[in-house]
Amino acid sequence: MSILIDEHTRVLVQGFTGDKATFHAKEMIAYGTNVVGGVTPGKGGREHLGRPVFDTVKEAVQATGAEASIVFVPPAFAADSLMEAADAALRLVCIITDGIPAQDMMHVKRYLKRYQRERRTLVVGPNCAGIISAGKAMLGIMPGHVYRRGEIGIVSRSGTLGYEAAAQLTALGLGVTTSVGIGGDPINGSSFLDHLALFEADPETRAVIMIGEIGGPQEAEAAAFAQQHMTKPVVGYVAGVTAPKGRRMGHAGAIISAEGDSAAEKAEIMRAHGLRVAPSASELGSTVAEALGRRTAVR
Amino acid sequence: MEIHEYQAKELLAGFGVAVPPGGVAYSADQAVYVATELGGWHWAVKAQIHSGARGKAGGVRLCRTYHEVAEATSALLGATLVTEQTGPAGKVVHRVYVERAEAFEREIYLGFVLDRKTERIRIVASREGGMEIEELVKHRPDGLLHQEVDPAAGLATFQARELAFGLGLNMKQVSQAVSTILGCYRAFRDLDATMVEINPLVVTNDDRVIALDAKITIDDNALFRRPRVAEMRDPAEEDPREAQAAEFGLNYVGLTGNIGCIINGAGLAMATMDSIKYAGGEPANFLDIGGGASPERVGAAFRLVLTDPNVKAILVNIFAGINRCDWVATGVVQAAKQLRVPLIVRLAGTNVEEGRRIVRESGLPIITAETLAEAAEKAVLAARDGGVQ
Repeated sequence: MSILIDEHTRVLVQGFTGDKATFHAKEMIAYGTNVVGGVTPGKGGREHLGRPVFDTVKEAVQATGAEASIVFVPPAFAADSLMEAADAALRLVCIITDGIPAQDMMHVKRYLKRYQRERRTLVVGPNCAGIISAGKAMLGIMPGHVYRRGEIGIVSRSGTLGYEAAAQLTALGLGVTTSVGIGGDPINGSSFLDHLALFEADPETRAVIMIGEIGGPQEAEAAAFAQQHMTKPVVGYVAGVTAPKGRRMGHAGAIISAEGDSAAEKAEIMRAHGLRVAPSASELGSTVAEALGRRTAVR
Repeated sequence: MEIHEYQAKELLAGFGVAVPPGGVAYSADQAVYVATELGGWHWAVKAQIHSGARGKAGGVRLCRTYHEVAEATSALLGATLVTEQTGPAGKVVHRVYVERAEAFEREIYLGFVLDRKTERIRIVASREGGMEIEELVKHRPDGLLHQEVDPAAGLATFQARELAFGLGLNMKQVSQAVSTILGCYRAFRDLDATMVEINPLVVTNDDRVIALDAKITIDDNALFRRPRVAEMRDPAEEDPREAQAAEFGLNYVGLTGNIGCIINGAGLAMATMDSIKYAGGEPANFLDIGGGASPERVGAAFRLVLTDPNVKAILVNIFAGINRCDWVATGVVQAAKQLRVPLIVRLAGTNVEEGRRIVRESGLPIITAETLAEAAEKAVLAARDGGVQ
C-alpha cells in the first residue's frame, strides 16, 4: 500500500503541452505513472506524448476517468486551474507551480469548501516537489531513483530535504511508502496533519518523517495531532535554526514573523508532544531507524 | 515588498482612508516648499526608510517654522537611522516626508494581516495605539479586537462597525473609522498586500479619524499584476547583494558567519546552515541556486558569496533532482580555478558519479564529502584553519 497514488491512479497533466510539463510528464511516465491525458485550453483534440489533450478538465475526466492531476500552469493562472480541477471532482491535485499570489491560494482554499467533504479535492502544494509512491507512481519532479520501496512515510515542506531523507533511508537499508512535498508557501493546499492522518491509516507505513521549516503554525498542529491520534512513531525535524527573525529564507512561507515560528520553538513543541526530533538533517534516517528499533523491542 | 510610508498613504488615500496632507522631499529647499504648499503652522518631517519605530530613533521631527523644517530635513537626509527593526547597521535616509502636523486626543492600533492559521485576512485593533503590535499582544492580549474576513463574502460593514464601537469611539467618529477599516481592507485585497498597518490611527479633538502612520507590505508573488505598486520599489532600501542575486535567479540572504553556502533548495539550504552551526561553525549566507543550475549560475553564485569579505571557506551542497550533478560540477570546477579559500563539495542525486568524477579529475584542491554532516564538519575545520589544507 501507499497513500494518495499508486500505479493504477489515472493521472492528468494540467498545462500538459508546456516545456516543463512535457519534460516531467515523460519522467513520470517512465517511472510507471498511469498518465491518461492532459489539459491545455485551445489544444483539445491533439495528441501529446501519445496521450490525448483536452480543452477542459471536465472533458478530460469524462473521456479518461482520471481521478488525479498534476498542475504545471504558470502562477498567474494556477488558482483558476485548481478551481477547475476541484469542480471536475478530481480526488487529488498536486501543484508544482512556484510564485502563486497568497490571496489566490486563500480563495482556492475557500472555494474547495463549496464541496462536501466526501467529494472535496485534496490539493498538495503549491511550490512543492510533488508526491511519489516508491516503485509505483510519481506525481512530481523528484529524482525517482533516490526512492527505494519500504515502510517509511515522508512528509516535507522542502523538496530537496525530502530527497535527503529518502537517500538516508536507502543507505540504512530502509525505504519509502510514499513521500509528499506539501510546499514552501504560506498558504498551501494540504498540511502535515492531512498526510499524517493518511499515513496512520496506511497498513504498509510503519513510521513517518515530518520535515518542517520556520514560519507558520502547521508543524505545531501536526505534532498535537500525532500525539492524540497516531500509533505510529513520527520523527520530526525543523530546518532554520540559524535563520534570523524577519528574513525570508527562500520559500515564501519560510519567515519567522510570529511567536512559535522559529525552528527551536517548533522542535520544542514537537518534543513536548512526544515526537522524536532528529538533531540534524543528517540524522533523519538514523532517528527513524532508532524509533522503529525501540518500538519493535518494546513489542 | 516593502514600500515607504508616503507611498502607503498615497495608496490608502485612493481607497478613502483619511491621511494628513503631505509631500515627499529630497532636499531642505524642497521640504520648505512642500511646507508652504501645505500651509498650517506645525509640520512633521519624517525620515522615509523601510522600518517602523522611526520616532524612537529620532527619525520624526516636529517643526514650528520653515527654518526648523529646513534644519530637520538637512539633519535627516544622508543620516543613518538605527531603529529596533533595521539591525545595528541602520539605514541611510534618502528622502523625507513633510506632513501637516495634527493635534490628536487618542491613538488607536489597526492592523490587517494574512493569517496563516485561518488562511484568511484578519483584522486586529486596539484602543491603545503607538505601541508595536508585538508589545500589545504580549501585554494586552485581552484588549485586542479581532475580525476575520470570509474571502467569499469580503469584509462586511457590520464587522467594521463592531470594531469601531469596540474601540470606544463616538458616533461621529465611528462612521469615519468604518470608512477607514473598509478602505484598508479594499486596499489589502486590491493591492495584494500581506500586511496593512495603521499605527497610530488618531482621533483629533474635532472628531476626525486620521491615519498618522501607515505601513503596507505587498506580496512579491503578485507584483506581476500590480504594476503601479511594483514601480514603488526603492532599490536603495535593498541589500545590493540580494538585488544582484535576484538578477541571476538566485536567492541570497547575508548573515554574519564565515562559511559561504551554495545549495539547491531552500529547505536543504537552511538544513545545511544548521549543520554548520551544529558542527561548531557559523554560515555566512543563505543561498538557494534553485533548479536548473547552469555552470553560469553556479559561477554567479561563487562571485556573489565571495563579495562577503568574511568568507573563509565555501560549502557547496547539491542534491540534484532537476539539476544534474555533472552540470553543477562543471560550474564548480570552473569557479574553483580562481578560488583563494578552501572549497568543500558534496554532491548527491542525479548523475552523482559523473559529477564526482569531474571534481576528482579537475586536479584542484577541492575537499569532497559524501554526507551533509561530513560536509559541514569539513567546512568548519577548513574555515578555522584559515585555508590550510
